[in-house]
Amino acid sequence: MRTLTTEQTTHPVLIFWIIAGWVGFFLLPWYGVEDFFTFEWLIDGYPFDEDYAPAAFLIGQGEKLWLTPMFLGLLLPLLALGRRKTDPIYAKLLIAAGAIGFGWLILQGFTIGIRGWNFEWAKALFGELGDRQFGMGYGALICASAFLFLFTQGIAARGAINGDVFVVSAIGGVVVIVTAFVFFPIAKMLTAAFITEDGGYSAGVFASKFFDDRLWGLGCLSGGRCGVAWNSLFLAVLVGLITTVLGLIFALVVTRSGFRYKRALRALTVLPIITPPFVIGLALILLFGLSGSVTVFFSDMFGIQPTRWLYGLPGILIAQTLAFTPIAFLVLIGVVEGVSPSMEEAAQTLRASKWQVFKTVSLPLMRPGLANAFLLGFIESMADFGNPLVLGGNYDVLSTEIFFAIVGAQYDQGKAAVLAMVLLCFTLGAFYAQRFWLGKKSYTTVSGKGDSGVHPHMPRALSIPVLAMAMIWAAFTMVVYVMIFYGSVVELWGVNNTLTLKHYVTAFSFRIEDSGIRWSGAAWDSFWTTLKIAAIAAPLTAIVGLITAYLLTRQTFAGKNAFEFGTMLSFAIPGTVIGVSYILAFNVPPVEITGTGIILVVSFIFRNMPVGVRAGIASMSQLDKSLDESSLTLGANSWQTFRRIILPLLRPAILAALVYSFVRAMTAISAVIFLVSAEYDMATSYIIGRVENNDYGLAIAYSTTLIFVMLSVVALMQFIVGRTEIGRRMTQSRTNT
Amino acid sequence: MTSFKTALGASAVALMAASGAAQADKLTFYCSAQEDWCQLMANSFQDATGIDVAMTRKSSGETFAQIKAESSNPKGDVWWGGTGDPHLQAAEEGLTAEYVSPMRDQLHDWAISQAESAGNKTIGIYSGALGYGYNTDLLAANNLPEPASWADLTKPEYKGHVQMANPNSSGTAYTTLATMVQLFGEDEGFEFMKGLHANINQYTKSGSAPIKAAGRGENTIGIVFMHDAVKQAVSGFPVKVVAPAEGTGFEIGSMSIIEGARNMDEAKKFYDWALSAEAQNLALQVNAFQVPSNKGAETSESAPDMSSIKLIDYDFKTYGSSDTRKRLLKKWDDEVSVLPQ
Repeated sequence: MRTLTTEQTTHPVLIFWIIAGWVGFFLLPWYGVEDFFTFEWLIDGYPFDEDYAPAAFLIGQGEKLWLTPMFLGLLLPLLALGRRKTDPIYAKLLIAAGAIGFGWLILQGFTIGIRGWNFEWAKALFGELGDRQFGMGYGALICASAFLFLFTQGIAARGAINGDVFVVSAIGGVVVIVTAFVFFPIAKMLTAAFITEDGGYSAGVFASKFFDDRLWGLGCLSGGRCGVAWNSLFLAVLVGLITTVLGLIFALVVTRSGFRYKRALRALTVLPIITPPFVIGLALILLFGLSGSVTVFFSDMFGIQPTRWLYGLPGILIAQTLAFTPIAFLVLIGVVEGVSPSMEEAAQTLRASKWQVFKTVSLPLMRPGLANAFLLGFIESMADFGNPLVLGGNYDVLSTEIFFAIVGAQYDQGKAAVLAMVLLCFTLGAFYAQRFWLGKKSYTTVSGKGDSGVHPHMPRALSIPVLAMAMIWAAFTMVVYVMIFYGSVVELWGVNNTLTLKHYVTAFSFRIEDSGIRWSGAAWDSFWTTLKIAAIAAPLTAIVGLITAYLLTRQTFAGKNAFEFGTMLSFAIPGTVIGVSYILAFNVPPVEITGTGIILVVSFIFRNMPVGVRAGIASMSQLDKSLDESSLTLGANSWQTFRRIILPLLRPAILAALVYSFVRAMTAISAVIFLVSAEYDMATSYIIGRVENNDYGLAIAYSTTLIFVMLSVVALMQFIVGRTEIGRRMTQSRTNT
Repeated sequence: MTSFKTALGASAVALMAASGAAQADKLTFYCSAQEDWCQLMANSFQDATGIDVAMTRKSSGETFAQIKAESSNPKGDVWWGGTGDPHLQAAEEGLTAEYVSPMRDQLHDWAISQAESAGNKTIGIYSGALGYGYNTDLLAANNLPEPASWADLTKPEYKGHVQMANPNSSGTAYTTLATMVQLFGEDEGFEFMKGLHANINQYTKSGSAPIKAAGRGENTIGIVFMHDAVKQAVSGFPVKVVAPAEGTGFEIGSMSIIEGARNMDEAKKFYDWALSAEAQNLALQVNAFQVPSNKGAETSESAPDMSSIKLIDYDFKTYGSSDTRKRLLKKWDDEVSVLPQ
């Protein structure tokens, strides 16, 4: 089918990457340059100054000679020009060039660091180096990309994945970045589990920490306290189940009921994910705590003795359910909308009652959505840090234990690593349970064949409890948010209830002067930084996430399962571990990005990508492969198919990924604490600092502002991405009435 | 296809970069005190010397974790503020540099002994005594007598009313544990912790959380450093501060220069400046109620009067060492925390 493209003698993609490689090697500074985009380095001694020189100039001046072998990787592909793609030498040349270039680049990067040789064996083998190198820069980056994609083109030319260059390159690209930014830092961190106090390695250390009674104790069955691991597991399963059910309820109300205020409901369900951490917890304390308004009301009216019931499992459960239901909703809405009405109509034509249709047709078809929603709720709960910290009481969970193993009085990174591994095992377990439950059935409902049906309404027996539940939950959410807003306009929360706007003034005041607007409020710096980082991270996250989802649902290749797990890994690990592992991995060459905005962007991309992947997989498993196939048969290549056929049908998933990653970038805290620097301070870390300092009013005013900003950004994204128009009748068909 | 590759390339470009060498006359300042104090210190130093200050504020535990993670390629220059234990730990692990400041003769003895116990790798900048605070409204609502000593807190009527942090996660709570061991002797001290355990409603994670909960009316008595309790009272919360009658331990807020600092000269300049009376007087502007280490610096009027508090001779060298800490924490874990409440 792709004979047309393969017959071309010089492929434009090949030429592009050859040129890119040469540019990276001969033109761009090889090592990292501070403030690259001011381009001051251009007039500051480039191209001969050692700090700014491209690799070729360095070698030409007799410096950093170990970079030379990479030049071979740039020469070899030139021989492939003019050869046919079917020529076996073409493939061999590209594979060799890519492998030599990329392999050598990585090897030299890790063996030679800021203090010369990084390894004792290298020193023993070659003697003292007497030279060193700093972190790689854009020249190295472009070269690495060029080598990588030359390599994947070679693989494709050998016939892998039907010789599809786009798919092979996408797989190669995702594998490399996931390895670099997920596996590598996490592996670096987790090895701490095996390090003994005097610096050696030992499995015994791991075992003693792993089989600790505080981790696995079952005391709660006999009236005592259970281990942290069981606490976390129990909580996560509960949260996963409850959020999935609530998410489904909201999705059903929005898509399959005559409910009038769907838009308001939709907005309300989005609120909790755009709420900075701690805020929901503080609001719950103000409502249900020992001196909370609801508690005081009940104690005054009915003489009920106030208790601290909120602190512990009930409090965390309520807060996490509030916070994570929207994620389940976002995943489920696309799936519920996507279930094919014709199947439901067919069932009805065959005289099935509405209830039977729902139970035997609609619900089973929603299984991928349900499974993914549960998985996300489970993982989110496992990794959540803010809510257990505020409301946990004596109910310890893994995520907070990990945080305090690192920053607490014990300074025990090994313990943190062991706890993180336990957490990972749980996540892995949930992941495979999910796969097992879904089985190998097909959930495809959107096919190329016209499907102009309309979703039937829910059966009455279902719609009444569903609507009631949705209303109760919506009302509860509203109360919580009214409390939050109220907290931002009173003098001192819970003590002095005089209304005031002073917190907003402190945070966001500005003056208009001759020279323009002067942002004099205390919060502006972190506000702009946060907005900028989130705006950069969101589209990148969506792109990486959806390409990954496409590869996972549409392509088969060796190691796909491991690949899928790898993409979920960073999400399953609590932010604290990610934060510390990023410092460990990216504070030293070859990739030295701590203290920059880039490390924040990167951490957000890889922490939030899994939601894009999940949402993409859930939606794509509903799209019939015949759509792709007909596109391919008509002569389109897989990139065109992806862009023209799949992407437009994926709008709900794109929106979910964009919104989620933007919002999480603005509200994330646990990883960010370690990655912020003086220049790049984030809103959440500023808010936490304020909470620690008792400035509740300011912290909540800032959070409220963030909520409004994010609401408008989400609305804007919804407008830009648009809605998927699956050709369906606009009115209810007769069969439904 | 090419356009896609370009997009991929461009996004990859955005993913990576690197930083180059440091410039002259700037200082990377890790601060572990409260936000507004950190800001004030950074700005005042910048005004006084013209050195550009890049300040990052994190809790002392977080900063310690960061310095440790960065140790092979240090990014920070000086670390100011936060309780002394992580500073001592950093000194023990060789993460901080030795420096003897010419300002030493202006300091109180406790600040210098802090430095000597760590081989001059850290120094005291302020101190604060351990104590507790209670919510006056809640105490009255529950008809409880006003507590005045450590022993009072173990009385059965306070059951479910006392909160302290978990010594495993909080330096404040570890100071409490170490104080009891030094005040009452190890056996008696642990008996006290057991008695206290029966009355504790929650072991919080963070050190100052108990008194914040008391301020909000979520808890009656919180065991914390007294300056944290004073802060609650000054902020307007109904909190009363108690200096326990038996005497009490204290913390020494510290400052260290990071080993391998890129701006070593600037770091030393900051170090000397931060020990001066004028720099320490800045605390008066920001509701910081600790006692400054410079003899000539003033202490806030609202601060607890250290001369009326019976302070024990806290042995920072012994109780700050990781061996003693691990032993005491393990003993607390095994003997106290597992008891029924």
